[in-house]
Amino acid sequence: MAVNPGFPAPLARLVERLPQWPHGIPAALALNFARYLRLLPEDLSSLEGRTFVIHVRDIGARFRFRYEGGRFRPVFGPAEPDLMFSADTAEYLKLLRREEDPDTLFFNRRLDIEGDTELGLIVKNMLDSLEPLSWSAIDRALRERIRPSSS
Amino acid sequence: MAAYQGKPELVCPAGGLPALKTAVDNGADCVYIGLKDETNARNFAGLNFDAKTAVEGIRYAHDRGRKVLLAINTYAQAAGLARWRAAVDRAAELGVDAVILADMGLLAYAAKTHPALRLHLSVQGSATNYEAVNYCHEMFGVQRAVLPRVLTIPQVEHVIRHTPVEIEVFGFGSLCVMVEGRCLLSSYATGESPNTHGVCSPARAVRWQKGEQGLESRLNGILIDRYGDDENAGYPTLCKGRFEVNDDTYYALEEPTSLNVLSVLPELFRIGVAAIKVEGRQRSPAYVAQVTRTLRAAIDSCGADGQRYSVRPAWSAELNKVAEGHQATLGAYNRPWR
Repeated sequence: MAVNPGFPAPLARLVERLPQWPHGIPAALALNFARYLRLLPEDLSSLEGRTFVIHVRDIGARFRFRYEGGRFRPVFGPAEPDLMFSADTAEYLKLLRREEDPDTLFFNRRLDIEGDTELGLIVKNMLDSLEPLSWSAIDRALRERIRPSSS
Repeated sequence: MAAYQGKPELVCPAGGLPALKTAVDNGADCVYIGLKDETNARNFAGLNFDAKTAVEGIRYAHDRGRKVLLAINTYAQAAGLARWRAAVDRAAELGVDAVILADMGLLAYAAKTHPALRLHLSVQGSATNYEAVNYCHEMFGVQRAVLPRVLTIPQVEHVIRHTPVEIEVFGFGSLCVMVEGRCLLSSYATGESPNTHGVCSPARAVRWQKGEQGLESRLNGILIDRYGDDENAGYPTLCKGRFEVNDDTYYALEEPTSLNVLSVLPELFRIGVAAIKVEGRQRSPAYVAQVTRTLRAAIDSCGADGQRYSVRPAWSAELNKVAEGHQATLGAYNRPWR
């Protein structure tokens, strides 16, 4: 199994001091792009108007965004989120690769979830209901959405 | 005499389509699922199957020679009886291999309305003796019963020796206080219980909060537990909370723990268990993959090696990793008292 070397602590402390708002922009962009590629569930109405923070502990970054009017938007300022996830980069990667189950990481205290528990469950089950993300799936989605259909 | 000959079936949980496919791909013989409502005991937001995903899941399993069981394992409430009956009708339409029922009225409805539908008695049916199992067989034609997790291995064997009904037992997963089919504990805090609303701790009543003294879990405002930074957390259910009793704060009802039968598999084979079930429809595909793969390997090894079977350390490590409470137990199976 690959060992994640982790993010150097002094650098993390530095990132923690940087203004946090820019992180929301790439997060919202990435999510909107995933939505465009139809990699996310069609019906996201249960997320409407809710604010999320993804805290990457070892990097010290907080990605803040909100789902509103059918789009993910970055959130500026320290508003209290409806839901916050906190974990190290390595744990997020394990979740994305479906190597670990969020309940396992939560029991082990390697993943913290704070805020609206029901919203957390909705997000977790939404992600679990998706087919595993693979490069071939992204490639297929890109072909379908971006290249003009020949028919 | 229903002592099962051959390898017990491996019955695995799926809360969604990717989990079902994962279970099939990793060697489950049967996958059990639920519909998106209170007719099943894992009625969680965003979990479970609608008509479209159920059809696709059943096709996926059947194409690979595996079975799909539909759990309708809560108790029909007077105001919503039609919903529970509709779930049984849906099961028959979908062509599932069996329904897992607990409610006597629903068993009668299923037997009368859909005589071809195979019936399993749910663990929630709380049948702990062969008289109860045989009654369900005679009255409703139940072909398999899932035994509550309160019996020792000799007691399970006793049931098997006196019934024509196949017997399924739990092999892995989180344990609770096991007042199966009769637990109303959570309704004291939330007004809802697993047997009526399909959920122990409804998520909207649960709050996790980091405080000065650690991570706190509350159910409808009631403090259930507080975890120090180095402590493992558990599910936020009343039965697994730590409470102050006579100036002592501890797991007054039960410690969070997981059942694990790897070490007694040869015994379960010998007494003729028909199927071994894994708990956890609320868990993610990653859990389903890890547990299914491990139990598949163990059951196959036990079938092939017989008395030479032994638990491989890698299996235990894999299962302990995903266990609630990080401890494994044989539960009632090896309880010295009766």
